[in-house]
Amino acid sequence: MMSSHLLSFAIWVPIVGALPLLVFGASSRSVSRWFALAVAIAGLVVTLPLWTHFDSSSAAMQFVEQAPWIPSFNVQYFLGVDGISMPFILLNSFITVLVVLAGWQVIEDKQAQYMGAFLIMSGLMNGIFCALDGVLFYVFFESSLIPMYLIIGIWGGPNRVYAAIKFFLYTLMGSLLMLVAFIYLFAHSGSFNVLDWQQLQIPGKVQQLIFIAFLLSFAVKVPMWPVHTWLPDAHVEAPTGGSVVLAAIALKLGAYGFLRFSLPIVPDASHAMAPFVIGLSLIAVVYIGFVALVQADMKKLVAYSSISHMGFVTLGFFIFNSLGIEGALVQMISHGFVSAAMFLCIGVLYDRVHSRQIADYGGVINTMPKFGALFVFFAMANSGLPATSGFVGEFMVALGAVKFNFWTGFVAATTLIVGAAYTLWMVKRVVFGAVANRHVAKLSDIGGREFLVLGLLAACVLALGLYPFPLTEVMHASVDNLLRHVAISKL
Amino acid sequence: MLNNFVMPDFNPAMPEILLLSMTCGILFVDLIFGARHRWMVPLLSVVALLVCAFVTVNTAIGDPVLTFGNMFIDDLMSDFLKLLTYVAVVAVIIYSRGYMKARGLDKGEFYLLMLFATLGMMVMISAANLLTIYLGVELLSLSQYALVAIDRKSTRATEAAMKYFVLGALASGLLLYGMSMLYGATGSLQLGEIAQAASQQSTGNHTVLLFGLVFLVAGIGFKLGVVPFHMWIPDVYEGAPTAVTLFIASAPKFAAFAMTIRLLVTGMFEYAEHWQTMLLILAVSSIALGNLAAIAQTNFKRMLAYSAISHMGFMLLALASGVLAGGDHSPAMAAYTSAMYYVVAYVLSSLGSFGMILLLSRAGFEAENLTDFKGLNKRSPWFALMALIFMFSMAGIPFFVGFFAKFAVLSMLVATEHTATAVFAVIFSLIGAFYYLRVVKVMYFDAPQDNLPLRVGFDMRLVLSVNGLAVALLGLFPQQVMSLCQFALLRSL
Repeated sequence: MMSSHLLSFAIWVPIVGALPLLVFGASSRSVSRWFALAVAIAGLVVTLPLWTHFDSSSAAMQFVEQAPWIPSFNVQYFLGVDGISMPFILLNSFITVLVVLAGWQVIEDKQAQYMGAFLIMSGLMNGIFCALDGVLFYVFFESSLIPMYLIIGIWGGPNRVYAAIKFFLYTLMGSLLMLVAFIYLFAHSGSFNVLDWQQLQIPGKVQQLIFIAFLLSFAVKVPMWPVHTWLPDAHVEAPTGGSVVLAAIALKLGAYGFLRFSLPIVPDASHAMAPFVIGLSLIAVVYIGFVALVQADMKKLVAYSSISHMGFVTLGFFIFNSLGIEGALVQMISHGFVSAAMFLCIGVLYDRVHSRQIADYGGVINTMPKFGALFVFFAMANSGLPATSGFVGEFMVALGAVKFNFWTGFVAATTLIVGAAYTLWMVKRVVFGAVANRHVAKLSDIGGREFLVLGLLAACVLALGLYPFPLTEVMHASVDNLLRHVAISKL
Repeated sequence: MLNNFVMPDFNPAMPEILLLSMTCGILFVDLIFGARHRWMVPLLSVVALLVCAFVTVNTAIGDPVLTFGNMFIDDLMSDFLKLLTYVAVVAVIIYSRGYMKARGLDKGEFYLLMLFATLGMMVMISAANLLTIYLGVELLSLSQYALVAIDRKSTRATEAAMKYFVLGALASGLLLYGMSMLYGATGSLQLGEIAQAASQQSTGNHTVLLFGLVFLVAGIGFKLGVVPFHMWIPDVYEGAPTAVTLFIASAPKFAAFAMTIRLLVTGMFEYAEHWQTMLLILAVSSIALGNLAAIAQTNFKRMLAYSAISHMGFMLLALASGVLAGGDHSPAMAAYTSAMYYVVAYVLSSLGSFGMILLLSRAGFEAENLTDFKGLNKRSPWFALMALIFMFSMAGIPFFVGFFAKFAVLSMLVATEHTATAVFAVIFSLIGAFYYLRVVKVMYFDAPQDNLPLRVGFDMRLVLSVNGLAVALLGLFPQQVMSLCQFALLRSL
């Protein structure tokens, strides 16, 4: 096990780098965005050793840092990653670079603040993924709301204030109850150490209550049906970068919470409540899939598609087999790439036409061939075409679900049909056909910067689709360890 | 006759004596030079407070020392709270100078009354006797009544002062009445002796003591401004000149906290079971009413007034959740530490929030409505960030100090099996978050209504920035202040 400060760097490099942007950023636009890019790339570079030095044969926490933080309450600055959390840190740092690039020209108002907010957000989210202390986790979890609130509210669309406040309050509602649950666990274990909590014996009734507190918090974040309604609003109103980070990373926080907290700490309640969660997941997969079908707004459509895909993820967790959980994790990473790409594609169109309505487009391929090709590729990945990353996760979860219960698997697998239907139908209406109107006729194809961003994502999607083994290998030991934990009763 | 007169030990009361003499000196300075050199009195006031701070640090012994016939106590808690009081009053003086000058109110009285009020607070903080407490309370209150009415031409301020005075007099009466019962039942005014007598009282006195306790709690409730003794808070906060509101909303909270600790913990710990229930009811109703009523406010000062009510309620939750094990304070110490920490965190954020109003106000314009904060991010990104820090700290969002204060209180609640109350408190925190978020929304998402540059002095900019950064940094490193509170209380009670 390597002891170093890599995780601290992953958290604090972007945050500290953002401070000069916030203080001096207004003075020069060109300097500040290059600076932001440099910080984002530095943030990515410091996370790379996490991958190269990771020992994938071990399920133990790696790159551990432990120091007392608030001794009065035995709160520690305790960081560490395992195979479950490590890929998300890389994903997050990678997406941050893309977001900075994507906001290069289109953000005209207060660009330094915009980039600063994303960098802080990125650091805080890295913190969520590597915090192994309850309070530290909670602090990162909740403080990451602030930058996102500002991003939606300052740079968002016409209804941004409503969306921003709804986003904030919904998420806060869940997380406050989680805080009470954390404090309860502290009162009974004398520690905020998450790994200690996983060894704690908790009576059944209390487990149920803790599970519900966790569920409320994470379900809002995922989001699961029926607490998903903040997401379409937030996505539609957020600027492109905000949607990308929301879809690619923020939604994963809730799912990650299930794996880190709900399943190992209250396994008996998790088993008892599994049918309920599976039910909600299936509703998300099927019903939200149909809701996505009828959307007239592209961003809303992708937002609903995200909910539906995340339903697949929670389904994968609560069928308690390694195929399901690993599939769900692959699906999370894949969705991180694909949904980011979808929102970036929509952003490309929006920057040119200033409309997100499907009806305002048609025949884009005629004027933007390069973009059209990439957009179609990502749409295919979103609908789970084999050889793209979208397929791997969905297939694994579907297999796991069939193993768990045939009909669960059957219902879940319909997403492959519904998902293909809404995505491809949108693509057909937007990309193909004759040139619909003069706006489309005037479109210019994507430039080098946009091509770089989308091309990088396309490469990731393809690589993960063709050869997912490195990713599953990294998480395998940790997932097995998790499943062993979940199988032991804590009553 | 003078033979058996022993000179009392003046050392423990040195800061008070110094402040009193310096204040009287400043009074003369104001009389002679005040009209021509307006800058002198505030400067000398700050110097006087700094001298007091120096003396307080130097006379801090560590172990409690009683003097003046056991009427006055100097312990670490009092030293710590006094230092915090100086800091708060210095900040108030610096924040309010420009504001009062723009309104022609920066006469010597304003600063002198604040110094006398500070003296009152110091007496309250160091009181070891019911009469000393009352003396401090009255010195503080009378100065505050006059401060609220300092803008004689404003009918709103005069009305607020009148309300404050009438209700304050009533509360003083309640407090005195309660004290008289304590005296009647125990035969002593000294808190230590009361505590002793209470632990061995006969059954007959039990009812009288309990009855007296109710009145004490009512008096404390009024000073803290918790439901149902909160009526004066919104009116006084709104009606008083903002600089005075800033004063009322900051330093006196320390004194009120000290008074609560002295009366309830030092004096009436035997009855902790009873006053804990009372405080719990006050706390829960304050949190509910404060947060709900704040939502409906469009006046920023009034909103902060209701927010103050809910915050004091939150603080009382901690006091109400001490572990009781016989007559021993020590198991409950963690709860009192949390309460003290909460007060410190609240006063820091409160100073900053009212400071923001003063920052945005200028001659002939009171920036007291929410709409006056519109587009602050466009006018001054730095101070918008500071205001954001204050608001999120008040809302209890990490990484700011307010979160750790809430966290400490919630931990105490859950540890003493008050989990349902904790859930109640967090639900109302969520409701509370809405109105703080609205302020941030107004500052960041709305377009500015006026684009005039902020016209305030460098000293205010500096102190307000330090204030904001302190709220942020104490959030990153919460342990230090927590340890200080813990240490001060451990060595005092």
